[in-house]
Amino acid sequence: MILSPTTDAVMLEARAATFAKRSIKTESKREAIDLAIRCIDLTTLEGRDTPGRVVTLCAKALAPGEGAPPVAAVCVYPNLVEVAKAALVGSRVAVASVATSFPSGLSSLTVRLADTRAALDAGADEIDMVIDRGAFLAGDEARVAREIAAVKDVCGAVHLKVILETGELGSYDAIRRASDIALKNGADFIKTSTGKIGTSATLPTALVMCEAIRDFQRRTGERRGLKIAGGVRTTKSAIAYLVLVAETLGDAWLDPALFRIGASALLDDLLMQRQSGRTGRYASVDYFPKD
Amino acid sequence: MSLLTYAPALESTAPAKIAERYDHFIGGKWTPSASGTTFFTTNPATEAPIAQVASGDPRDIDRAVAAARTAYDKYWKSMRPAERAKYIYRIARAITERSRELAIVETIDGGKPIKESRDFDIPQAAAHFFYYAGWADKLSWALRAGRIPESLGVVGAIVPWNFPLLMAAWKIAPAIACGNTIVLKPAETTPLTALFLAQIIEDADLPPGVVNVVTGDGATGAALVAHGDVDKIAFTGSTEVGKIIQRTIAGTEKSLTLELGGKAANIVFADASLDQAVEGVVNGIYFNQGHVCCAGSRLLVQENVHDAVVERLRERIGTLRLGNPLDKNTDIGAINSRAQHQKILELIASGVAEGATLVQAQAELPEAGFWIPPSFFTGVSPALRIAKEEIFGPVLSIMTFRTADEAIEKANNTPYGLSAGVWTDKGAKSMYVAQRLRAGVVWCNTFNQFDPSSPFGGYRESGFGREGGIAGLEAYLADK
Repeated sequence: MILSPTTDAVMLEARAATFAKRSIKTESKREAIDLAIRCIDLTTLEGRDTPGRVVTLCAKALAPGEGAPPVAAVCVYPNLVEVAKAALVGSRVAVASVATSFPSGLSSLTVRLADTRAALDAGADEIDMVIDRGAFLAGDEARVAREIAAVKDVCGAVHLKVILETGELGSYDAIRRASDIALKNGADFIKTSTGKIGTSATLPTALVMCEAIRDFQRRTGERRGLKIAGGVRTTKSAIAYLVLVAETLGDAWLDPALFRIGASALLDDLLMQRQSGRTGRYASVDYFPKD
Repeated sequence: MSLLTYAPALESTAPAKIAERYDHFIGGKWTPSASGTTFFTTNPATEAPIAQVASGDPRDIDRAVAAARTAYDKYWKSMRPAERAKYIYRIARAITERSRELAIVETIDGGKPIKESRDFDIPQAAAHFFYYAGWADKLSWALRAGRIPESLGVVGAIVPWNFPLLMAAWKIAPAIACGNTIVLKPAETTPLTALFLAQIIEDADLPPGVVNVVTGDGATGAALVAHGDVDKIAFTGSTEVGKIIQRTIAGTEKSLTLELGGKAANIVFADASLDQAVEGVVNGIYFNQGHVCCAGSRLLVQENVHDAVVERLRERIGTLRLGNPLDKNTDIGAINSRAQHQKILELIASGVAEGATLVQAQAELPEAGFWIPPSFFTGVSPALRIAKEEIFGPVLSIMTFRTADEAIEKANNTPYGLSAGVWTDKGAKSMYVAQRLRAGVVWCNTFNQFDPSSPFGGYRESGFGREGGIAGLEAYLADK
């Protein structure tokens, strides 16, 4: 495994801050909103998830409202994959399932692989796995690498997103290292967070991961994707991530095939901003159905 | 339209009320030139005239110096320092309150991107007034123990066009905090924010003559330098003019501080975080179109990462947005003047003629105005003009080195010594190099960081005296 470059926090954060300062207005803003909607993995990952709730979410994923485009995928726990699959049948909206003992990943590899197989058997189009942060932080990179490769092996052609849980990794250097390991061992996407801990996606974190994706492409010619998750609730912050991706990876990555936002509440804000962009007025939040 | 082609996001110019004509601000009164002559200040992004400005001659300088002398003797010298501080705080607050307006005027008059005038120039100018206001009644602690601080008298300040309001603040704030009065001569191409500052000072009710602004060109500045009743000259500008000033005042009792040119080295070691180093290189040379005396205009990169750095830099300059400086998304604004534009083009041509390889961002240049896309040269030998002369534009010269000692030698191999940058992941190495660089400021793993509490100034032909911090007070105090 090649060495990972170091990342210095000062200029990384300075650069990351510039993305949020881009002023995306009028036509560009309308485009950005629809792009953001198309890149959403509309997510529900709660202990209280029910088939009914997932069906509702799927309906919203297909037709967010007011002519907005469908989202990229619906993201659920393995037990609800079948429900989502049925609700989305015939559409281009994918079903993503978290697996590998989400969110901690702390069960045996056998169990985690079985978890993955169960999600695949239920029809999942995409798998969002978590890495074993304990192993990574303890320095056992080889084990992390092996396990990612094993999950990818089970997934075969099915898209694998590897969740690094960056908020637990402790430094930008570690985030870069984990990104490189994941990309090397079969991740189709690298993903920031589970959304289950306090610190989720941040702009500097996403920038480090984009640099890893860019360098991987330079080395291998292969394009891999980025998924940011957790904490992206407003149109403004979603657009800052689009700007980040556009300015570091380029236009080609502004596509749900290579960029996703894992979110739930974000969609409502995008729809509200979308409408105000078209009518010039903000409607009451009660005009937008809650799921 | 791709998301990458951001729709224009223009700052409204409505808050900035620019008059058609400006007189000098002398003794608290707006005073036309004795000669009655004026000149136009123009917008370098459009070449359109903005306003007519009084052109000062020795008579105007004489009136301004007399007003400053009167104000010094009558009010300012003997005012309780805490009272002086109140006035300076008032100026600081007014700059903050009018920051949007000042940012717009700075951008229209000088061509710099609105995001820079908004986020850097104006807040920094306010910060300098706030900082030195705090010192006014604490000057007994400014000098070494046993020495008593005493003001100098009348200060003549001449400032350049690259950071017009900020450079005015760098001079005025410490000068008046220390009890001096001042005559400011702003640059010919960018006089407006100094005149707006004069309005602020008028509104702040400073005693008449404490701060005077006389506009004009180099001849106006020369008259100020030559004036017999000026006690101190504070100049920021070119080394060439700095030398003339030093010759002019030789043998007089005037004291002098000079902040002049530079040809700073940004040294990137192979173990640096390269993406972040490239950010620093970009900031170092393309900030304010490279119109920065401390710009990192020579990139010394360790030879085994040369190609990796150049590749990153080439990609990165492709994302810099050149255009209307009032667009909030503009990264690279207009070159300040036709003369500067010509000078930069001439130096770029010399680099090509002398055999270096030019790389420029593919930017569409507006038809009117003065523009130069972000540029760098590879294959630069230290003997080339582009490696030696201050270009003062968005043009970087890239050279390589093998060892730390070679990097230090190359970095110091210049008559200048204003700033330098060191990029390495190893703390001990950055200290080793920083200690051996003959430059007034050395930034490690960052660049262009400024704070009013941090002294700034040069070695050798970059000038002498420090601005900012406690050291900045010494330039405006005599010691007994």
